[in-house]
Amino acid sequence: MVESGFSSPRHDAFPAGLRVLVVDDDPTWLKILEKMLKKCSYEVTTCGLAREALTLLRERKDGYDIVISDVNMPDMDGFKLLEHVGLEMDLPVIMMSVDGETSRVMKGVQHGACDYLLKPIRMKELRNIWQHVFRKKIHEVRDIESLEGIEHYHMTRSGSDMVDDGHLLGGEDTTSVRKRKDAESKHDDKDLNDPSSTKKARVVWTVDLHQKFVKAVNQIGFDKVGPKKILDLMNVPWLTRENVASHLQKYRLYLSRLQKESDTKNSFVGMKNMDPPTKDSTTGFGLHNTVNMIKDDSSNGSYSFSVKNSIVQNVDIKGYEGDRKGMTSVAGANSKGALSIDIPNPRKAKSSQISFDHSLASVDSGVNFPSFNSSNPDQYSWREIPEIQFKQECEPLPLENGFGQLPLPVPQHHIQTDYIKPAPSISSAPSITEKEATSSSIEVKPLYEEYRSNHVKQLSPTEAVDFLPDQSKSQTLNNQVFEPISATTSTMRSQGISLNCLADLEFAQRNLNEDLQICWLQAQGDCYATNNGLQDLQGIEYNDPAPIYEIPFHLYDAPRFDHEHLFDPTEYSAIDQGLFA
Amino acid sequence: MDVVQLQRQLVDYKASLYNEAILDEQFTQLQELQDENNPDFVVEVVSLFFEDSERLLNELTKALEQQNIDFKRVDAHVHQLKGSSSSIGAQRVQKVCIAFRNCCEEQNVQGCLICLQQVKNEYSLVKTKLETMFKLEQQILAAGGSIPV
Repeated sequence: MVESGFSSPRHDAFPAGLRVLVVDDDPTWLKILEKMLKKCSYEVTTCGLAREALTLLRERKDGYDIVISDVNMPDMDGFKLLEHVGLEMDLPVIMMSVDGETSRVMKGVQHGACDYLLKPIRMKELRNIWQHVFRKKIHEVRDIESLEGIEHYHMTRSGSDMVDDGHLLGGEDTTSVRKRKDAESKHDDKDLNDPSSTKKARVVWTVDLHQKFVKAVNQIGFDKVGPKKILDLMNVPWLTRENVASHLQKYRLYLSRLQKESDTKNSFVGMKNMDPPTKDSTTGFGLHNTVNMIKDDSSNGSYSFSVKNSIVQNVDIKGYEGDRKGMTSVAGANSKGALSIDIPNPRKAKSSQISFDHSLASVDSGVNFPSFNSSNPDQYSWREIPEIQFKQECEPLPLENGFGQLPLPVPQHHIQTDYIKPAPSISSAPSITEKEATSSSIEVKPLYEEYRSNHVKQLSPTEAVDFLPDQSKSQTLNNQVFEPISATTSTMRSQGISLNCLADLEFAQRNLNEDLQICWLQAQGDCYATNNGLQDLQGIEYNDPAPIYEIPFHLYDAPRFDHEHLFDPTEYSAIDQGLFA
Repeated sequence: MDVVQLQRQLVDYKASLYNEAILDEQFTQLQELQDENNPDFVVEVVSLFFEDSERLLNELTKALEQQNIDFKRVDAHVHQLKGSSSSIGAQRVQKVCIAFRNCCEEQNVQGCLICLQQVKNEYSLVKTKLETMFKLEQQILAAGGSIPV
């Protein structure tokens, strides 16, 4: 009865046939859970590794209804997986553990788990998991209904006043209308509310849309923000308050995660060399809410910027290898890629990060450079982190531009610049990830690999730091380089990128070897048409001046880099995307 | 011994395992999961448990033999062992794991070594008991009887 889990949802006899993906490194539990779930008449797919699970999920965006995962797994923290799934696929995730400490449970909830089960798990607990799926569907239905507005048949049922409310601006009217609709929907045909059938219609948070969102949030002031206010500011007729509310929630989660990560991670996102998950064409990605872009294959490349909303537009994925289709314009293209850039430390680069004040996104764009944390792939989805800090430490971190710190041992700097092109605005994070850091960014890896294959060569130690002046591309260099940058960080604010830093970076870059290949994520084609600075880096090919690598670019060449562009909302998206990984 | 006697023996034996807290409710659940589709379900699961536990015990032994003990690592293994023992209801093993984790937290080497020994003992005990039980079951089946629930 267990198929591969790729069947289409069954519409009959829900919850029977619920497609569950179980992830647990304990083989005994995996077997038991499988049996228990089968007994509940669910369709079960088991998986012993988190990465594998992500691969499966990415391969078939609509192949599963719910994910159950253990908290402790060897290859990836269960909470991370949870986030990834929530952001990329927006599936309900249930956490499990033999450890029931309140703090853990709380963490689970904070990361978005819809439930937390304690082992040993009983049958009756598993029988009820369908409620989470159902709940989500209902919410989606509401969103859809709002979205579709007039066309929705509910509208007609509700009367003509609904029609007039075509512009569901989330105003009171809409709310009441919606309430009415909700009440009605309860009596709706199962079809309409059938969880499995409504999955598709969701609000697609495109780059543009997200940008508007971010702008609105910043305008209002993050502390005072509320869905209604945001909605009003955004002025998007078909968007509903609910859409904004749930988006806001995710955004907040994302930001708080970034905060934490930046505090705890000191490594750049290491682009781990992950074997790219199945390679499909871009279709694998469900852009629908997240931009998973990582190019055309479902593997999220090395950088997974999971941008939730196809922010990918600016990402010129294509740039990468020229074959990343779909990614291009993620914005436009529906490449369902998962841009997941695991940026563990968004902004606070810990040691070894260059601090840039990122105001790239200046507040609104939330440019967050993905910090790739070499130790864990964190996904960042948008980051509105106003500052990208790259602090250089003596660590050999190659570029920390805000991308996590790669724990680079001095000698080996592999700067992986293969960043996924995702968010154009990943400005700071040139994917300089050390190869070693591999472990951390899962997502980034695949992309990285692919990218690398195209034109990236492993950076040799000397080049490790792109930005470092040639003195020694060792950490010390970094330190030197970065110090001034940090100092001037504050002044850069307006630029979003510390110009000083940029200058330094530029300098550093110029000195980089050709080997240093930084595959900047070319999220944005419009970013710099030429990376002069980068050009020095030869060998680096980006199709588009690395949007992601914005900082450096900007640094080098003001003209090249269109500063305005930096603040261009679309660019933000790129970054945001990364944030909203 | 005839079937009826064997069956009685089995029932008593199982009861003792529960009484001595060697096994708990979870084991019953496992048995309930077994059906015609998976007639050997319990044996399979228990075998997985044995394999996994032995691996973990080896890891633990190695880790605690190091000059500089990596307590985090030890703790991680214990946690895993705790998890898998909970899967089949090996209650006593699970209990020792809890104490073991405390020792790890305190970075108490002696305590850890003692716990390791204890957990090994408990593990051996549950393994022996389960193997005996399975043998009894086999005997019953071989004699044409059915396993009493």
